[in-house]
Amino acid sequence: MSGLQAEMAAKALKLNIPLSVQLDLTYRCNERCVHCYLDHDDHGEMTTAEIKDLLDQMADAGVFYLTISGGEILMRRDFFEILEHARARTFCVKLKTNGVLIRKKEAERLRELGVEAVQISIYSHRSEVHDAITKMPGSLRQSINAVRFLRAQGLTVTMANVLMVQNSHDYMSVRALAAELDAKFTMDPTITPMMDGDRSILNLNVEQAALREVFRNEDLVNVEEFCAPPRGVDEEALDMLPCSAGHTSCYVSPYGDVYPCVQFPLPTGNVRRTKFLDIWRDSPQFKEVRSITLRDMPSCSKCAHGATCTRCPGLAYMEGNMRGPSTQDCEKSFARTGIPSENLKARTASSKSFQSVQLVQIQGLRPADRNIPAKMNESFAARA
Amino acid sequence: MRNYRYVARSKAIAARALGDETMVMSATNSTLFTLDEVASVIWAAADGVTPLDEIVANKICARYDIAPEAALKDAEALVENLAKHGIMLISDQPLAHPGDSRKETR
Repeated sequence: MSGLQAEMAAKALKLNIPLSVQLDLTYRCNERCVHCYLDHDDHGEMTTAEIKDLLDQMADAGVFYLTISGGEILMRRDFFEILEHARARTFCVKLKTNGVLIRKKEAERLRELGVEAVQISIYSHRSEVHDAITKMPGSLRQSINAVRFLRAQGLTVTMANVLMVQNSHDYMSVRALAAELDAKFTMDPTITPMMDGDRSILNLNVEQAALREVFRNEDLVNVEEFCAPPRGVDEEALDMLPCSAGHTSCYVSPYGDVYPCVQFPLPTGNVRRTKFLDIWRDSPQFKEVRSITLRDMPSCSKCAHGATCTRCPGLAYMEGNMRGPSTQDCEKSFARTGIPSENLKARTASSKSFQSVQLVQIQGLRPADRNIPAKMNESFAARA
Repeated sequence: MRNYRYVARSKAIAARALGDETMVMSATNSTLFTLDEVASVIWAAADGVTPLDEIVANKICARYDIAPEAALKDAEALVENLAKHGIMLISDQPLAHPGDSRKETR
């Protein structure tokens, strides 16, 4: 995040503005990825009119960054109508797609509509691996073609690689492929439980040794900084907020349900019954999420990793307590530093294996922010 | 003789008011700008049909303690800078297109 973005985020936090929203248009998908956490049946998606009204409400509420995702977004026949409306309301729009339905015509339209960036999931550079994960023959070829069509239009494309047992040795080749296609690369060892709570897909997560290898890859991270020993918890750290979920960002499902994050399935309201801004401001669940600081977390506040951990409150919630540790993040901190968290020590003492739960996002692997030009200097200031 | 200049927000942007400031991102190169309170007033009023000097007189001088000549000079420098970055259009003719007149809201 650039300094200016951080400044805007701080201001949004102070003003209680939902700066970023992920809106899933559908859970339907043309792929059947082995690690997917969604139920792909349509249980009553919002109509075009409902989504347009929601976009109007979100614009009026101050939402700036809009990530449109799914399911596969192009499974909605009204996708471009919705996108056109979103851009007319001047959202900064990012798309997440598998790209299978994107050809030259669609890429041209996305460029015309001024989409900020498109993220496409690429699981491997080898079709036999990628297509086995998506369970869709030919999907790697189609997704790569989409990257080419989008790049030909000058659009920013990120190839997102989810790390799992099936593709654990392929990430550097996918990274090289991204470089060859002039796309960005991001990698994420996050396999999250199914939205219905089923944790069986967590078995697809890579083991500690493989994760440790990723964390010590100089081509991906600044190892000295990323794997530095934890600095402990001081008074300032105790007042830290866990993450932006529910503070400056939230998630809306295809059925209008609002949650703090796509990875934090705490229901806070439904936009079919309540105005988006009323849910954001008044939902008791959002208020509870906002009230939690590190000080309120019995285990994490005493943990050496407390101040530097990337603890996901959503995963902690799915583990049973939004004030508790996210064991997947404890595993990650352990893989980074070799120092077990308080939670892992307690689990060891009670004979629960470190491997009983698995791993989540590596923020440190995100691509670097763009270079931002220097501040301008008028008395009516515009800053960049 | 009065020199008419019309200003309009580019369509190739993302923008949102944030308190008394405005965030603007260029869709062509993803550069993020923030406009301060006074610049935000000009941005919101840049409908393509109201001359810049009228915007300054009615929206700036009427609200802020600033001399009209100095305000207009600063406003011209601002819009030229924004135009240089492709996020504002300037013309000596009205610039309005259907649907362009809606102000950024929050």
